[in-house]
Amino acid sequence: MADEKENIGEKKYKYSIIIPTFNERLNIAIIVYLIFKHLRDVDFEIIVVDDGSPDGTQDIVKQLQQLYGEDRILLRARAKKLGLGTAYIHGLKYATGDFVVIMDADLSHHPKYLPSFIKKQLETNASIVTGTRYVKDGGVHGWNLMRKLTSRGANVLAQTLLWPGVSDLTGSFRLYKKCVLEDVISSCVSKGYVFQMEMIVRASRKGYQIEEVPITFVDRVFGTSKLGGSEIVEYLKGLVYLLLTT
Amino acid sequence: MKHVVKILSLLVAVSAFWIALLQAAIIPRSHTWLLPIYFVVSLGCYGLLMVGIGLMQFPTCPREAVLLQHDITEAKDFLSANGVDVRSD
Repeated sequence: MADEKENIGEKKYKYSIIIPTFNERLNIAIIVYLIFKHLRDVDFEIIVVDDGSPDGTQDIVKQLQQLYGEDRILLRARAKKLGLGTAYIHGLKYATGDFVVIMDADLSHHPKYLPSFIKKQLETNASIVTGTRYVKDGGVHGWNLMRKLTSRGANVLAQTLLWPGVSDLTGSFRLYKKCVLEDVISSCVSKGYVFQMEMIVRASRKGYQIEEVPITFVDRVFGTSKLGGSEIVEYLKGLVYLLLTT
Repeated sequence: MKHVVKILSLLVAVSAFWIALLQAAIIPRSHTWLLPIYFVVSLGCYGLLMVGIGLMQFPTCPREAVLLQHDITEAKDFLSANGVDVRSD
């Protein structure tokens, strides 16, 4: 364990962690605490891109800045909900790291996996390290049978049509070399989770080296949002779009 | 080369092979006419098989939910002791 920390600490790289938020006043505080806990010897900054949350998320971020330092936590808010892709682009403008991590704010992405992302990248010099929920040491909790079925079906379809080279296409827990993220994001136009798919497929087509690490995904939100017919149509449209344009 | 071009070239190559088979009549023509249908059906069955296997082997992690609860409690304790508001409303 001590060896691992030493290994991470001796490299001089800096990591920018971009977290888009909307109404995550409690989760953002917990995530920041956990990031500091698991990246003790790493040079990093957290960039919170809040889209004008009415629940006071930004006030909490300011309190966290008092606790951890304004150089470690950057609040770069926007006036209203403007979408995930533009949130990353916005956060990227302020990122001063060599690498950029993107992750969700709702605790489905656990910061304890950050060291394994970093380690994988250092070992392989990959341009992108993406977390995958669908391998042996990964996993999902909180999905019922129907949700698992649609996820698996969607994945098989996407694999057959797109040959993407990664096992988890819609995942959004990823580490990018900063220049690679800038390059890929400028050519992506989709919204939502199709955006995540487009990012990884375009990166794959451009020949960037992509590695995967297993992650576990605890979905505490799923119960409240059903996967409806319109979502499935949107997904299929996204697949066809990616098939034809990548 | 765009991915769709790769797939279309593959389809063209397979179709050319099929037409060649039709013309050469190595296999009786009645069988050859049905080959595309066999192909599509097997592809469908393969897809369903992959979905079924994937579903059976779907990795789950109930332990992680418990660990997450511990992490949340630990975080809340630390944060409230250090001046960060941890109410969720």
